[in-house]
Amino acid sequence: MPTSKNAFEFEYAPAPEARSVVDIRPSYGLFIDGEFVDGRGRSFKTISPSTEEVLAEVAEADEADVDAAVKAARRAYTRVWSRMSGAERSKYLFRIARIIQERAREFAVLESIDNGKPIRESRDIDVPLAAAHFFYYAGWADKLEYAGLGPTPQPLGVAGQVIPWNFPLLMLAWKIAPALACGNTVVLKPAETTPLTALLFAEVCQQADLPPGVVNILTGAGETGRAIVAHPDVDKVAFTGSTEVGRAIARTVAGSTKSVTLELGGKAANIVFDDAPIDQAVEGIVDGIFFNQGHVCCAGSRLLAQESVAEELLSRLKRRMATLRIGDPLDKNTDVGAINSAEQLAKIRELSDIGEAEGAGRWSPACELPSHGFWFPPTIFTGVTQAHRIAREEIFGPVLSVLTFRTPKEAVEKANNTPFGLSAGIWSDKGSRVLWMASQLRAGVVWSNTFNKFDPASPFGGYKESGYGREGGRHGLAAYLSNGAH
Amino acid sequence: MTTLKATAPSPGSTLFAQETASESALRRFLHGLPGVDQVGADQRAATLGTRSIKTTSKQQAIDLAIRMVDLTTLEGMDTPGKVRALAAKAMRPDPADPTCPATAAVCVYGDMVGVARQTLGDSGVHVAAVATAFPSGRAPMDVKLADTRDAVAAGADEIDMVIDRGAFLSGRYLQVYEEIVAIHEACARPDGTSAHLKVILETGELQTYDNVRRAGWLAMLAGGHFIKTSTGKIQPAATLPVILVMLEAVRDFRDATGQMVGVKPAGGIRSSKDAIKHLVTVNEVAGSDWLDPDWFRFGASTLLNDLLMQRTKMKTGRYSGPDYFTLD
Amino acid sequence: MSTRLDVRKTWKLYIGGQFPRSESGRSYVVNDAKGAFLANASQASRKDARDAVKAARAAFSGWSGRTAYNRGQVVYRIAEVLEGRREQFEAELRSAEGISASKARTYVDAAVDRLVWYAGWADKIAQVTGSANAVAGPYFNHSAPEPTGVVAIVAPRGPLLGLVSVVAPVIVTGNTCVVIASEPHPLTAITLGEVMATSDLPGGVVNVLTGSVAEIAPWLASHMDVNGLDLTGVGDPELARSLEEAAAENLKRVRRPGLEDLLVGPGLDRMTRFLETKTVWHPMGL
Repeated sequence: MPTSKNAFEFEYAPAPEARSVVDIRPSYGLFIDGEFVDGRGRSFKTISPSTEEVLAEVAEADEADVDAAVKAARRAYTRVWSRMSGAERSKYLFRIARIIQERAREFAVLESIDNGKPIRESRDIDVPLAAAHFFYYAGWADKLEYAGLGPTPQPLGVAGQVIPWNFPLLMLAWKIAPALACGNTVVLKPAETTPLTALLFAEVCQQADLPPGVVNILTGAGETGRAIVAHPDVDKVAFTGSTEVGRAIARTVAGSTKSVTLELGGKAANIVFDDAPIDQAVEGIVDGIFFNQGHVCCAGSRLLAQESVAEELLSRLKRRMATLRIGDPLDKNTDVGAINSAEQLAKIRELSDIGEAEGAGRWSPACELPSHGFWFPPTIFTGVTQAHRIAREEIFGPVLSVLTFRTPKEAVEKANNTPFGLSAGIWSDKGSRVLWMASQLRAGVVWSNTFNKFDPASPFGGYKESGYGREGGRHGLAAYLSNGAH
Repeated sequence: MTTLKATAPSPGSTLFAQETASESALRRFLHGLPGVDQVGADQRAATLGTRSIKTTSKQQAIDLAIRMVDLTTLEGMDTPGKVRALAAKAMRPDPADPTCPATAAVCVYGDMVGVARQTLGDSGVHVAAVATAFPSGRAPMDVKLADTRDAVAAGADEIDMVIDRGAFLSGRYLQVYEEIVAIHEACARPDGTSAHLKVILETGELQTYDNVRRAGWLAMLAGGHFIKTSTGKIQPAATLPVILVMLEAVRDFRDATGQMVGVKPAGGIRSSKDAIKHLVTVNEVAGSDWLDPDWFRFGASTLLNDLLMQRTKMKTGRYSGPDYFTLD
Repeated sequence: MSTRLDVRKTWKLYIGGQFPRSESGRSYVVNDAKGAFLANASQASRKDARDAVKAARAAFSGWSGRTAYNRGQVVYRIAEVLEGRREQFEAELRSAEGISASKARTYVDAAVDRLVWYAGWADKIAQVTGSANAVAGPYFNHSAPEPTGVVAIVAPRGPLLGLVSVVAPVIVTGNTCVVIASEPHPLTAITLGEVMATSDLPGGVVNVLTGSVAEIAPWLASHMDVNGLDLTGVGDPELARSLEEAAAENLKRVRRPGLEDLLVGPGLDRMTRFLETKTVWHPMGL
């Protein structure tokens, strides 16, 4: 039978989300004690990574600013927040959740512009999950006696929180919601390349009538983060970011009375058996490493394919990758957006070149990249072994290293053979094997026949050098209460 | 999981002769196909449904969708008058706009084929007839064969048959296979040509996506030209995840044999938005070769007016209303 | 000076998301706290009760099939809408029970807050009452709570806080219910039905019958398609005993009469009473 002679090539016309829904100010101050105030130090610019245009000028909080914020948080804690009933705290958090839902479109557009991620992801995943985290923890605020942490768990005091650039609003929600629910007040620093949704969140706090000083937002870079972590009146440190910085923080708080939780890097194994539901496994691989441009700590960056199915799997994977659309983050049809910064792009390029130099086979689908902005095509490296640097080091980009294995035990060995331990994926139609594998993998989050699924009720966090402590679920309360583990 | 070999079938032999030689061989083959994770398939379909198709692409997609419609009436109360009206609409869907393309076919009961044929003449719109004791399929084989032959003799271009779901669900795969092969033979005409055979799986009764994949492969092994989701007489009818699984099956079948098989969702597609989601799914799962009325059809009745309304809105810029389109 | 004549409400039942009159066409007189005529409340019959159970059953698979997050949001929305109509409820409480304005405010506050408290439990009850169990073998074994089904409830006397306190814990976990409202003060229950009908709560999740407890309750207690029975508001011990006996026919889960101090935080009991625990074993092996 002949193949079709038709000439219908389905072009998806550009479908841009309107930028006008969000109002970006030319400059922003720091959010301290319920108000925006000018920083005392320098300022810096935040740009859109997809176009390199300057979006706004943002203050860099210096030590004096950090001190002012911590003082405001302490005042608010002592005089207002720690005296408030859980039921009242919960109502503030419910208000915040609702306002995020009301302003969902603004937040999604702003996040995509500042971070570079596709609007479909910020609209369908980041913003709804952020609202859901506030909703979830709102419900715990007046039920702490049921958390399994004793009859009267107590907050820790002032929490210093430093978050990364990959899920700016969502990481803010993961930090602030449980902290406030448990009765703590916070000083939070968003990443230097993605401050804007945190600053919009400050407006939400105002709209919710949150008592001044309960939430303080300090923009800045590494210095600001160090100052927050080291401040003597911060009782609790929560950090999400690189393992390197996580180590530095652990050293800094040594010998002090500060509690600390860390959520760091990963090099997760996504393990596909020969009896996997193969089309969904391909989706899971794509989702695991190309979702959010691979800027995900729990990304499935090592594909462990059972040797008997590896060839078939790779040919389907390549075919699927050819349908990925890379481009304008505000285009609703974009699947893969921009790399967050020039710095990150350089790192990705460097490690990819190393991968090639070490002999792995490199492949990307043909794609046209825009002339401005920071872009990297989805890339796979085949013939990778554990000895390659691209199998051990976190690239934090849309780059997948493909290794093979023969038996379940070998898969477990290879998956666990890393200093990291954040997440893992298992693809098989056999229930007992999926559960056995899950019991053997040294990872804090195991996804079976799915990947990159998050929920406020589901605890998230790593083993080994991927950090300690859990965010989400009942377990996420422990980090912010005095009878908890940290 | 079987590794699918991509060689073309040699004339006079079947690539899958061994697999279809016995009940147990066929069962092993079908059960050896990769499983489908329902949650993952649903999610992929939902993501494909978020594609935003605008302006010129949307106009082209709507015209293509119109050209893919099998305009359908399958009611006990069908009469020659009803069928004539339907056929007239199929040829000229929008009386106010002669640039509007005709639909692919009309789809009627076998005893209405003659009336449809007469009305459609040489307009190029095909006549598709349901057969084999549609919709239940519960009748002796000689009745189903007679049903088919009569429709072909009356001038049907295409036959939409139903598989025996009772046999399928009780594991009698070889029986289902042999029935399809027999009906296919009954589609032959004296002049050597053959009516095209669409095989209705009735996915709503099969329920699991694993069953949809297996039934789809069964139909293709038996020589079906098209695999079709539903009779439209039960709920659920065509859903996007089911179409996704069927498109994966035809894609894999072409990889293994070099042959293309068409896909037809029927029932449950009422809006242009739904139709466009299906076209996006075809595009991204099976590929653009399937974006042609020869390889993809919509079994629908109310869909056509919604397509016409969207078409008109794109031309005039105004939202339209049902008064401006014919009810046939 | 002309006084405007107000348009009085007709008080019907709340079944399946709609407000039908009793199929029996009966009503009964409700007086205010001073003994003056307040309204004719609908007097439900056994057929209304039967219809309500049907509606509750029809709504169960959809309601229990929703995500816990979604149920929590819906119950929170009931609180939002109730808060927005608080003046109406305060006025109804004052006229029905003769209580002071500040007492009425306290009850409305508590009712809204009670809904908010329960809303937050939807996606947490499984974490607190469920578990992964360390069995002595290569099995993944876990226990999780599931809603029991349709629950019949005899509401306590206090028409707002009382009603909210017995209904919210039952529905937030996924059950559906048929409630017999407070017999002397039935009207607020129907106004609350209006709040629920406009809060994204699917029809049939809560069904409110007004009328005689002694007449209707036995039909619900003996109904074989009702899974749980909450006798909180039954004052007569002999009636309570006979209802519990009737419930034994299909082993309904029964909560005996008795009302805690409604202004004190409730525990988990009103939720766990109508939850089943399902324990599943999966082998773990190559």
